[in-house]
Amino acid sequence: MSETPLQPSDRVASVPESGIRRFFEVAAEMDDVVSLGVGEPDFATPYRAREAAIDSLQRGQTSYTANKGMVELRERIADHVTRYGLEYDPGEEIIVTAGASEAIDATFRALVNPGDSVAIAQPAYVSYEPGVRFAGGEPLPVETRAEDEFVLTRERLEAAGAQDAELLVYCYPNNPTGATMTEDELREVAAFCREHDIAVMADEIYAALTYEGDHTSIATLPGMRERTVVFNGFSKAYAMTGLRLGYALAPPHVIDSINRIHQYSMLSAPTTAQHAAIEALDNCGSDVEEMCTQYDRRRNFVLARLDEMGIDCFEATGAFYVFPESPWPDAGEFAETLLQEEQVAVVPGDAFGTGGEGHLRMSYASSMDDLRTAMDRIERFLE
Amino acid sequence: MDERAAVLDLLRENARYTTADLARMTGLDESVVEETIAALEADGVVAGYTAVVDPAKLDDEPVRAHVECNVTLDRETSYGDIAKRLAGFPEVASLRLMSGDYDFALDVEADSMGEVSRFVSEKVAPLPEITQTVTHYVMETYKESNHRFDAEEGDERISYSP
Repeated sequence: MSETPLQPSDRVASVPESGIRRFFEVAAEMDDVVSLGVGEPDFATPYRAREAAIDSLQRGQTSYTANKGMVELRERIADHVTRYGLEYDPGEEIIVTAGASEAIDATFRALVNPGDSVAIAQPAYVSYEPGVRFAGGEPLPVETRAEDEFVLTRERLEAAGAQDAELLVYCYPNNPTGATMTEDELREVAAFCREHDIAVMADEIYAALTYEGDHTSIATLPGMRERTVVFNGFSKAYAMTGLRLGYALAPPHVIDSINRIHQYSMLSAPTTAQHAAIEALDNCGSDVEEMCTQYDRRRNFVLARLDEMGIDCFEATGAFYVFPESPWPDAGEFAETLLQEEQVAVVPGDAFGTGGEGHLRMSYASSMDDLRTAMDRIERFLE
Repeated sequence: MDERAAVLDLLRENARYTTADLARMTGLDESVVEETIAALEADGVVAGYTAVVDPAKLDDEPVRAHVECNVTLDRETSYGDIAKRLAGFPEVASLRLMSGDYDFALDVEADSMGEVSRFVSEKVAPLPEITQTVTHYVMETYKESNHRFDAEEGDERISYSP
């Protein structure tokens, strides 16, 4: 290896492998695994959206689209996000990307200068910290805590030293905790960001999966729109993960910068997926409602079973995760032993950064049958 | 969604959910779930519970036919009267009054084509109000009561993803 000139850059070498990879490899060797380790819906993409994708293929609509995505799609996105009180111009303030992940990565690269401090609310989706590093920035973990129901507070931001950060990135409804933030809670974060002149990247990919009250976007709060990039997409709400389609909403100069990267790296988001997304926004609202109803029932079921088993878990109100305390102090050991002995896959919380230690992420994006089996096995395992 | 609608929706999804699981999913007390089910049954909203069976998987696959019936009414005989007579036959699995080209639609089930044919010609057609029957034999069932019989099994997702 050392003989070859093909060597990873220092930047890449500084980013560790994903914490869940070793589990994946163990589970791949096993039969009969019931997985609560999955970060994607168990539903197939709504049938009409799939049909629209097939139609577009049959019509031969397989060329590139505009860099920022089809105008028809951007117009529908602009219309769709008004449900959250967000107003964005489809011509200049929206860019469609290959999943929200691409938008987030491109935004890091568009906004972060070498050495910039980027505050990351943790536990968090695993891509933010590597994204910041790939962009040359310095990740600054901001720990959220179980006793605060994993919401971001001024106190936690100050304790982490986020007042000196250039940028704050967070995800609510949250992966991995299932936490959501109310408008009042977001006001406190917004005030902190205005005071210290911090820009915000708000990952709202799970916005549609909010079970108690309505989702609030920080960009709707006073003085925030001009300092915020909002991310959303089709993967979670419309069960379109494999189609890879997301978008960013931001003021024109930021979209321009993101697009500068996107046009050279991706050119345009997958065309077939864009056709599916147009249909999804036009006609699949009731599918989303039905999926939400199902998730909510499963959420209630899993929270009830955990409670009956005596496992502490705060009441997650969004996404499709619960984040209970690990029955053993070492969550990694618990997850590994549970997998070996009962073939139930859960993810140890420390895979999602600081604040996740001693917790487990359990996804309830699985059939009721699987959830019941998993809970029965966990119960047996604990006895 | 009120309690009744929530419980009914879940029972229609899977009538074998235990009352404990129904309580967990809806957030209702188990006793409330039990009372709600009892009320749904007493009111006749829930008329019964059956399994959805893929006939092709049975050792002795029954024969099903969709039978269209035209009837003629008189002063003494209503649709309801005829329906009562037809519904009484155990071979009639479902019975509906239709708009359009014919009046009644029957789903008839029996052990063989011969039995279905004899049933239609000997029991249904001779009724004085029946003017015509058209029998369509079912060749294949792909979906019933929202259950797909042709669906691929299994979860294709990778077991750990971020």
